[in-house]
Amino acid sequence: MTVIKDNKYELVCGLEVHAELKTASKMFCGCVNDPFGAEAPNIYTCPVCLGMPGGLPVMNKKAVEWTIQLGLALHCQVNLFSHFDRKHYFYPDLPKGYQISQYDQPFCYGGYLDTSEGRVRITRIHLEEDTAKLLHETVDGKKMSLIDFNRSSVPLVEIVTEPDIKTASQANEYGKKLRQLIRYLEIGECNMEQGGMRLEANVSLRPTNSQALPNYKVEVKNINSFRFLEQAITFEIDRQTKLLHENQTPAQETRGFDAVKGVTFSQRTKESAADYRYFPDPDLPPLVFTDKQIENWRKELPELPEQLSARWQSEYVISSQLTLQLTKTKTLSAWLDQVFVEAKKAEVQPSKLANAFINKKLPLDPAIPAQKIVAQFAEQNHTTEVADDQLDQLLTNLLIQYPNELARYRAGETKLLGFFIGQLKCQLAADVDFSQVSQELRHRLEQLG
Amino acid sequence: MADTHKNYHPDLPNTWTLARARQALANKEVTLEEIYTAVDKAVAQTNNLNIYLARDTKTLTKAHQRAELPLSGLPIAVKDNFCTKDLTTTASSNVLREFIPPFDSTVVSKLEQGGGVILGKTNLDAWAHGSSTETSDFGRTLNPRSPDYLPGGSSGGSTAAVAADTCIAAIGSETAGSIRQPAAWCGVVGLKPTYGRCSRFGVAAMASSTDSPGPIAKTVEDACLVFEQIAGHDPYDSTTANQPVPKLTEQLNKGVKGLKIGWLYSDIQELSASHKLIEKELAVFESLGARVEPIKALDPHYAVSVYTIVQRTEVSSNLGRYSGIRYGSERSNFGNEAKRRVMLGTFTSAKGYADKYYLTAQKVRTLFRQDFDQLFAKYDLLIGLTSPGFAKKIGATEGQAMFGELEDMLLEPSSITGLPGLNVPCYRDPLTNLYLGLNIIAPMWREDLMVRAGHAYEQATEWNSWRIDK
Repeated sequence: MTVIKDNKYELVCGLEVHAELKTASKMFCGCVNDPFGAEAPNIYTCPVCLGMPGGLPVMNKKAVEWTIQLGLALHCQVNLFSHFDRKHYFYPDLPKGYQISQYDQPFCYGGYLDTSEGRVRITRIHLEEDTAKLLHETVDGKKMSLIDFNRSSVPLVEIVTEPDIKTASQANEYGKKLRQLIRYLEIGECNMEQGGMRLEANVSLRPTNSQALPNYKVEVKNINSFRFLEQAITFEIDRQTKLLHENQTPAQETRGFDAVKGVTFSQRTKESAADYRYFPDPDLPPLVFTDKQIENWRKELPELPEQLSARWQSEYVISSQLTLQLTKTKTLSAWLDQVFVEAKKAEVQPSKLANAFINKKLPLDPAIPAQKIVAQFAEQNHTTEVADDQLDQLLTNLLIQYPNELARYRAGETKLLGFFIGQLKCQLAADVDFSQVSQELRHRLEQLG
Repeated sequence: MADTHKNYHPDLPNTWTLARARQALANKEVTLEEIYTAVDKAVAQTNNLNIYLARDTKTLTKAHQRAELPLSGLPIAVKDNFCTKDLTTTASSNVLREFIPPFDSTVVSKLEQGGGVILGKTNLDAWAHGSSTETSDFGRTLNPRSPDYLPGGSSGGSTAAVAADTCIAAIGSETAGSIRQPAAWCGVVGLKPTYGRCSRFGVAAMASSTDSPGPIAKTVEDACLVFEQIAGHDPYDSTTANQPVPKLTEQLNKGVKGLKIGWLYSDIQELSASHKLIEKELAVFESLGARVEPIKALDPHYAVSVYTIVQRTEVSSNLGRYSGIRYGSERSNFGNEAKRRVMLGTFTSAKGYADKYYLTAQKVRTLFRQDFDQLFAKYDLLIGLTSPGFAKKIGATEGQAMFGELEDMLLEPSSITGLPGLNVPCYRDPLTNLYLGLNIIAPMWREDLMVRAGHAYEQATEWNSWRIDK
């Protein structure tokens, strides 16, 4: 792929991300929500998610709470009055002929997510139901389409951004951070390959330094990895730049992404755009929240990775790099926090523990009591301190014994440090704290120089 | 007193009221076998009326199993838009002609838990679209009172089943008039509960925001007995209200003394002929101690527009699931009425038109609610004619796309606002044997008030054909 280095135009890009929530049951019925774990198609179904006559939706409260918590974690406002709407279109994977979604009163609006390339404002977050899954297969020599309703009516959140994304890499980072947050809150698995998280990018270009939104928008769908997202946007920048250079306005259209060829292709133009005939779903009463409820949900929010990173840095001297690698979920973070408190009590440096976790020398398992994990670490790293005067004597002898090596070290051949340590190891017991020894050794090697 | 007509016959248990049949079973004056034999015979004799679309074959066995329950194993007819497990449910449409539900609607399972036995499924206007049963894909039902006439609809099969004594009681559903209007035309009692009182789960949806299942019965007391079994909060229907079900049978005899009743639509010219016939019926309430005053309400013609738009919009959405991919029937199986409604509803909810039609209709709906709020601030109950006139002749709906809406004009204001209403027979034409009905409307959740008035009226007059002369 060629990327045109062109400063004449800048990217205007917003993302629409869909993520399935991992509630125990589906969005509007009691069926098991486990479409990827199901042993056979159509085993988690009922009259409601099959859209049978008289099937009625009953809202999954947990899914609503989780959506609002995600909104709060993304600094959103919460609508005190909201409702579900019917979004109508015909497709074999949509059993009712409409999808229950939210149109003009989403649960959350007006938030943001910060990336290293700047802030991305979040327009809205709403909750809807997923569709069934179509499988195109050959059965008894005949090509046919099969429908698996295990996924029908699984809760799905949609997070829509403002067109704040300025580069393809920023889109990638935004997506990754969003996925990390959803996983951290333990509300979704966001498995990209299985479609647990799906990405759509609205891409257009405008003259650099212009503030106006372009008069067209290209929507790229069917993107199932962050790398492909970056590729798709880059491809679009290239394609649209060429068109603009030829004084053409790119068509307002929906395009798909071909991951094999790394290109986007036209799927639907504006002329055939759907009218979804949204109206409030009369089967579901509107939702009214109080400020107090919102405040309670806000209080229930765990400490988020960024806040945690700052705190662990100051309290435990753990680098933010390390923190981000360790804090995959809120449960893990809460547990690690306990472990570090216990570590301090046991006079073990939390940062050492953190390293041990990263190097897989200790299990990251919240089922293990914090005290036990600290004890295990101490056991593994049991060391005896060498008395200062003994060490002093030892080092003096060592440097006298190997003058040539000492001279070479001081001339800059610092890798000889390993040689000296090797010599010391022969003379010391196995459980000696070598970090203490090597620190002192280095000190002597350099001090006398 | 005008000459009366008797359904009740002491030797034919199918003509007994639910209350009487229960009592007789308890006193061992009759057996379930005798009741079911009489009912089966009546069904066979009225085959020409085209009331039932499907019959259960194991009714008597089920009846014996439920003999000790409140409904004593008695046979109940159910409108064919209620899903019944293992029993065909078609909504009178060819689209569902092969559909055997794998589940029971909540009302049906409550009926069965309460001791009722589903005798069979009754005809209706296809998808409940109509007020005549003439839009049924399986032929119209005839009015048992006079077979040249229509039974009304959409629950015309259920009201005919009761009028023909082919069951002890029946279940219907009303979106705007579908219980009360056919009840009026067939001379039976129809109780349309407050919206949200009875679960819609498992009822093929027509207009979700107004659909209300309810009992169709021989007397007000019978309607109350059925109501008490089927009403109540349902965890499968979010629009059912979480509040206790009133024991209507305990309120029945409280009378109307001291109640203030508003007489609706006395000022509408088109109704003057019918009003003349029932003027002295209103005096009955006064003689029972109530005060009746003519009142001015919002013109019901507006309700026709509101209802038509809201209902068509919801219909176009609710029928989307019968896309031809499932249920074994192509979309071409939809009849003309359903097609008309889907097209109109798709238009009224389309981008660029929804504001003008659907949203405007919802605003006017709010005006009706406010109007009723004001009326109920002054009156305990409102009374009016259920239908502008008597049953129409068969074939009357031909070329009349708005037939139902005009027939149901007097009911639509209360339907779009969710209010409960009760039809009680209030006049019978001695020449045609056709009936007029009174529509008694109560405030939300006050079914108790309307059954008190209905029962008192029924006891004080001779229009009810199941009346037992003392």
